[in-house]
Amino acid sequence: MSEMLANTSKGHIEVRNFSLAYETIEGPVQAVTDTQIHVKPGEFVSIVGPSGCGKSTLLNAVAGFLKPTTGVVTVDGERVNGPSAERGMVFQQYSLFPWKTVRENVEFGLKMRGMPSSQRERAARTLLGLAGLEAFEKQYPEKLSGGMKQRVGIVRALATGPKVLLLDEPFGALDAQTRVIMQQILTNMWQRLKISVLFVTHDIDEAIFLSDRVYCMTARPGSIKAEIPIPLERPRQQSMMMSSEFLALRRGLMSLIREESLKAMGGEITDLGMQGLNIELHGHSLADVI
Amino acid sequence: MSSPALVRQPEDSMPATALAEAGPSPAAITRPSTPPSFATLGLRWYRLNRAGLRAAAIGVISLLAFLLVWHLLTTYRVVFFVRFTNVPSPLAVYDSFVKAIHDPKFLMHILLSCRRIFIGFSLAAIVGVPLGLIMGRFKLVHEVIFPVAEVLRPIPAIAWVPMAIMLWPTNEQSIVFITFLGSFFPILVNTLHGMSLVDPVLVRAAQCLGARERSIFREVYFPASLPHIFTGLTVGMGVAWVSLIAAEMISGQYGIGYFTWEAYSLVQYADIALGMIAIGVLGLGSSLLIRGAGQLVMPWRST
Ligand SMILES: Nc1ncnc2c1ncn2[C@@H]1O[C@H](COP(=O)(O)OP(=O)(O)OP(=O)(O)O)[C@@H](O)[C@H]1O
Ligand SMILES: [Mg+2]
Repeated sequence: MSEMLANTSKGHIEVRNFSLAYETIEGPVQAVTDTQIHVKPGEFVSIVGPSGCGKSTLLNAVAGFLKPTTGVVTVDGERVNGPSAERGMVFQQYSLFPWKTVRENVEFGLKMRGMPSSQRERAARTLLGLAGLEAFEKQYPEKLSGGMKQRVGIVRALATGPKVLLLDEPFGALDAQTRVIMQQILTNMWQRLKISVLFVTHDIDEAIFLSDRVYCMTARPGSIKAEIPIPLERPRQQSMMMSSEFLALRRGLMSLIREESLKAMGGEITDLGMQGLNIELHGHSLADVI
Repeated sequence: MSSPALVRQPEDSMPATALAEAGPSPAAITRPSTPPSFATLGLRWYRLNRAGLRAAAIGVISLLAFLLVWHLLTTYRVVFFVRFTNVPSPLAVYDSFVKAIHDPKFLMHILLSCRRIFIGFSLAAIVGVPLGLIMGRFKLVHEVIFPVAEVLRPIPAIAWVPMAIMLWPTNEQSIVFITFLGSFFPILVNTLHGMSLVDPVLVRAAQCLGARERSIFREVYFPASLPHIFTGLTVGMGVAWVSLIAAEMISGQYGIGYFTWEAYSLVQYADIALGMIAIGVLGLGSSLLIRGAGQLVMPWRST
């Protein structure tokens, strides 16, 4: 089972010359263009960018749900053709099966593989224990809090020992405190499993706190605007978020995103224009608040 | 079996306190420190079920009031737009009920109706549910069957009576056929509806856990549609009774519908009401059975 859970050396994601257009009645909508990203084995990489820039599109293409219009997605040199248990996915809406108990949800991937029920029961119990959920194994997801649901979601995705873990704003629906705890748990699992992670978020602090590297995307059609290495040492503590190093990274990313967000809202509004308005909000100018 | 990699690392940096804060410890909820006395348990039970008790009490009162009004209307033979002159009183109906339950013929009427419902409805469920599931999953099947279903669906089961008599060699078969038709379409349509509402994200979740088409069908589409399937079964059961009674009144020789109609021809007014009440009780009982089955099959939905 150790071989199943710890997929050490592999998990190299490569996205090359990637573009994706959605077919609509009004013609193709270019969601992502000319994008190159990679995730090295065991690396934790985040994608940030303004709303609607194509983060989910890119992630869904890596998962195999969407076919690139041009370019290729490969994992360990193998072309991605469709979803597979090699690439675990965690969704913002939790997406637990409401008709399965917590443990049955976690067992699902193992069941699909044909693992006998007693064996997968034991595996699921172990994993749930690590996430602090053993007491809830017989509950149905509906009864759980958001944080607990998402812990189940993560454990479920990890149970089959995927090479890479893809997360699309997994903590977006959680309150701030729960979010912080979930970040700790995720970091922890990632470090133990040495799995490659591709993490989509719009929370800059979250991206910096968790990642080895952050890709910042442009407004739609999305492409990579910048790639920012995060040299903060690990293990990372919450207190680090006050360090000058962290704050400098944050400022950098913030200004990159702000530029793109303003572009996304319509080219007319510029930083300068905002400052010209000079509206005061709790002592900050509106331009600073945005 | 070696321990999973997750356990092997000794340095557990997962913050235990943080985990404890993330959710209430279930031990704290389920195990109070001192065992409660019967009085407190009773009080607690009362508090939790107050709404239910209230509804039951009001329900009983309302039924009694109904009986009382019925009694008064018939005792005084009220004529006010409608005529209660020949309507049997509740006591007369009770008398004929007492007579009827000792009469094997009455029991046979009921049993035969139940058997027709059972066969017709079961066939409808056995055909309708899988057909709905397949139509929901395979476009071609949907495209072929849907237009025909849409044309046949609005035809009330009663309108099928003459056709059914022509189609089937025996009366019994045509009555069962009409019962089947009545329940078939609600079951089919609701199953289809359930299939169309399955959350695509759940399908994706299953796919990236390694599920193939067959497993997705069994593990996602089917359970996700179950609530609507049971809505279809409940509605279908109701329509099955409607169709059955109509068919029995027109072409039957036995059955509770026939009993009711015959009572009218034989001028046994108390039996008319008895037949009606029997139909009501049977209909109620069968829909309760379906609801119970639904709760058994979908434990995640019962709160
Ligand atoms: N099925 C679709 N058909 C047409 N256009 C789509 C479709 N899905 C997404 N889009 C468009 O493609 C663009 C990228 O969408 P995507 O969901 O990838 O953005 P995102 O970065 O994840 O946004 P958010 O931060 O809001 O989640 C959006 O502008 C969206 O309107
Ligand atoms: Mg998105």
